[in-house]
Amino acid sequence: MMTVGLVSDRIRWDEKALIHAASKAGLDLKIIDPKGIFINVSGDLKELKETFGEVVLERCVSYFRGLHIAAVLEKADIHVINPFEVSLICGNKIFTTLALSEAGIPVPKTHMAFTGNGVLKALDDMGFPAVMKPVVGSWGRLVALISDRESARAIVESREQIRNALLRIYYLQEYIERPPRDIRVLVVGEEAVAASYRYSPKDDWRTNVARGGVSKPCSLTDELRSLALRAAEAVGGGVLAVDCMESPSGLLVHEVNSTVEFRGLCSATGVDVPGRIIEYVKGMMKR
Amino acid sequence: MGFLMNCPECDAELEIPEDVISGEIISCPDCGMDYEVHIKENGELELKPAEIEGEDWGE
Repeated sequence: MMTVGLVSDRIRWDEKALIHAASKAGLDLKIIDPKGIFINVSGDLKELKETFGEVVLERCVSYFRGLHIAAVLEKADIHVINPFEVSLICGNKIFTTLALSEAGIPVPKTHMAFTGNGVLKALDDMGFPAVMKPVVGSWGRLVALISDRESARAIVESREQIRNALLRIYYLQEYIERPPRDIRVLVVGEEAVAASYRYSPKDDWRTNVARGGVSKPCSLTDELRSLALRAAEAVGGGVLAVDCMESPSGLLVHEVNSTVEFRGLCSATGVDVPGRIIEYVKGMMKR
Repeated sequence: MGFLMNCPECDAELEIPEDVISGEIISCPDCGMDYEVHIKENGELELKPAEIEGEDWGE
């Protein structure tokens, strides 16, 4: 019997739902908490299959932790969901925009700069208001809506006080006039399985559920389905959440998430997301 | 129905679900502290303060 590894550094509602779905499907699931282990990277990596299984669902809440584990496991010939390349691209907003743009998927106008001076030039070109996001980061943290040059300067100055080299990469995006919501489409392999609107809370413009955003069901139109599948393919495919905005000129994709949190999506749509993910894992085992 | 433990921080009652899994996060409803549940070899439960949110945390 083949074993599946669930590598998770934090058992949240989502991980627990996956564990239940795996046991329902009769899968031999091994739960591995990377916080308590070490990996001999210079040794015989083939032995890792005994610890981790033939297929691994990598669900680390820490992006860099998950990324490094995926890199090692793939060298051990373990099929990782999502693959290293996919996590690498999705965890970095510049890499994601590049991948989407290259595939011809509509994205908001996006500039990259490295200093306060560069940021101001970028914003003069893009116009106000604009949005500044960390290249690595989630849940809407440090995402800022910039209304003018003065606030841009202030935000850059405060970012410079934070000792983190990644915060010196400035990702700037045009602010899209949209309804107070975005659309999240969950893609599992070749299928778009569910979609939800995420409404921003009253006192915030961001729609992240971690910031108080609320999920509501959204019907999966052919247009959404095909856009989400193309976006998922552009970043390499797997279990992905494609976030889109309804701009006046049509749908834009602004993010693809690789470690999908699906609690809101499940409760809004009633779709058995963990069940679908486990089905996909089983499919991978047959390959 | 699960069972109760006391919050190591504020002594409030924490409800541990019956199907608790080692590594699961339990939040104290009173003080908001997050704990990671550890199931020891003898089956006893231990509450450890959960890791603090990192900059690279999220989806």
